[in-house]
Amino acid sequence: MNLPLFRPQDDPGPSFLGLLDHLGLGPTESFQGAVGVDPGLAPHATTVVAVRHSDGVIMAGDRRATSGNLISHRSIEKVFPADRHSGVAISGTAGIAMEMVRLFQLQLEHYEKVEGKALSLDGKANQLSQMVRSNLPLAMQGLVVVPLFAGYDHRQDTGRLFQYDVTGGRYEERDHAATGSGMLHASTVVKLRYRDGMTEDEAVDVVVEALFQAADEDSATGGPDLIRGIYPVVASITAEGFERLDDQRVSDRTTALLDALVGNLSGGGPSS
Amino acid sequence: MSMPMYVSPEQLMKDKADFARKGIARGRAAIGCTFADGVLLCAENPSNTLRKVSEIYDRIGFVGVGRYNEFDSLRKGGVRHADLKGFMYSREDVDARSLANLYAETLGGYFTHEPKPLEIEMLVGEMGEEPDGDQLFHLLYDGTVMDMRTFAVIGGEADVIRGRFEETWSRDADLSAAVGAAVAALAGPDRTLSADDLEVAVLERPNSRRAFRRIEGDELDGLLA
Repeated sequence: MNLPLFRPQDDPGPSFLGLLDHLGLGPTESFQGAVGVDPGLAPHATTVVAVRHSDGVIMAGDRRATSGNLISHRSIEKVFPADRHSGVAISGTAGIAMEMVRLFQLQLEHYEKVEGKALSLDGKANQLSQMVRSNLPLAMQGLVVVPLFAGYDHRQDTGRLFQYDVTGGRYEERDHAATGSGMLHASTVVKLRYRDGMTEDEAVDVVVEALFQAADEDSATGGPDLIRGIYPVVASITAEGFERLDDQRVSDRTTALLDALVGNLSGGGPSS
Repeated sequence: MSMPMYVSPEQLMKDKADFARKGIARGRAAIGCTFADGVLLCAENPSNTLRKVSEIYDRIGFVGVGRYNEFDSLRKGGVRHADLKGFMYSREDVDARSLANLYAETLGGYFTHEPKPLEIEMLVGEMGEEPDGDQLFHLLYDGTVMDMRTFAVIGGEADVIRGRFEETWSRDADLSAAVGAAVAALAGPDRTLSADDLEVAVLERPNSRRAFRRIEGDELDGLLA
């Protein structure tokens, strides 16, 4: 590998994607001639949610990936740090989504190092929007990626979250967002339980229940796996930065939720 | 037909070297050294926005002195090289040695083939997993590269500063002792340097993936006090 030096008029600037394009290494935009990809072919990652609370944002995702009607992974991760103060959660075709996350992380870090200054939160959200948009040709063939983005905005001193659509449309949500196959059930739970000014602990309980209920109704969303000890990935983004909560804490909250549910449902099966 | 004037290669190289050395000597100096927790990079730089010390990769830092536009474009090239390499292979595969070699080739190429050599001197510092792995590469304007595990001084009056720092530097110094020694060596007996005149950063071992951290503001004031 040589040292990538450019004349001023050819300089790709602080964009890592621009650099890849310049060197002919950019991600392939579409598979020529492919018309629709069998959904059984590529693993699909499902439900992720994000909830704002008084100190920032909680993001969470279940651990299942499916290929058609089969479970392809039981412990896939869908919530990642984007940089120190933001996170990204993915749903859609797992391989493409993970590559997108990797490029997105690099894009933010590369910008920060070249420019000597991190992007604003809006700038980061916009970058992700462009990356989702550039995946549109593949999305038309069935390889869809729809992320969530959340971060702590030091200029406004608050957590913020963004939802996307397949065309790269970017929608800032005030309080909560969800995407993926279980999003309907998950967001119903969040919507009913959300209160303004929740604490972080309360927000963790909300996302754990939202994912549990989504898994209860949607076969592509995985519930907590007590046998193998696999729990949703829950991450907290506050002024201190992105931090993945340890499994013990999530497992404790899951057990508390299950106990409460058992209490509610202990009446038994359908009355005859 | 007129003959081009003959200049012997020795003379040509000497003139270029003198020219580059003069350019570098005009600037202020910088020190890179290993200390107990990693690598310290410390430059005298009154500007708060035009940086001499920068992050290249997870464990790799950079200091340049001399002509700003020249070392900054090499710095950007280094960031691009490292990020590309980490993207194509793995983050662990990015190391300072290959970057230093690329820098040396580039500097050497300019020195030999271009009418004007680059008037810069650079340090590439790398923090190892263990203290034994800490390393500094010192690059000269003509492509000479030296690797060291102790310290290096670049820029104007480097020899004098090196002499002063040699007496105070210690491999086992903690952060505040290392910063103190470096700043005292840069300042010399007749001056005191305040936080505004300095640019300080460390590659520090207990840090997370990105080990590079700038030391500025209150923290730097505290270390200098």
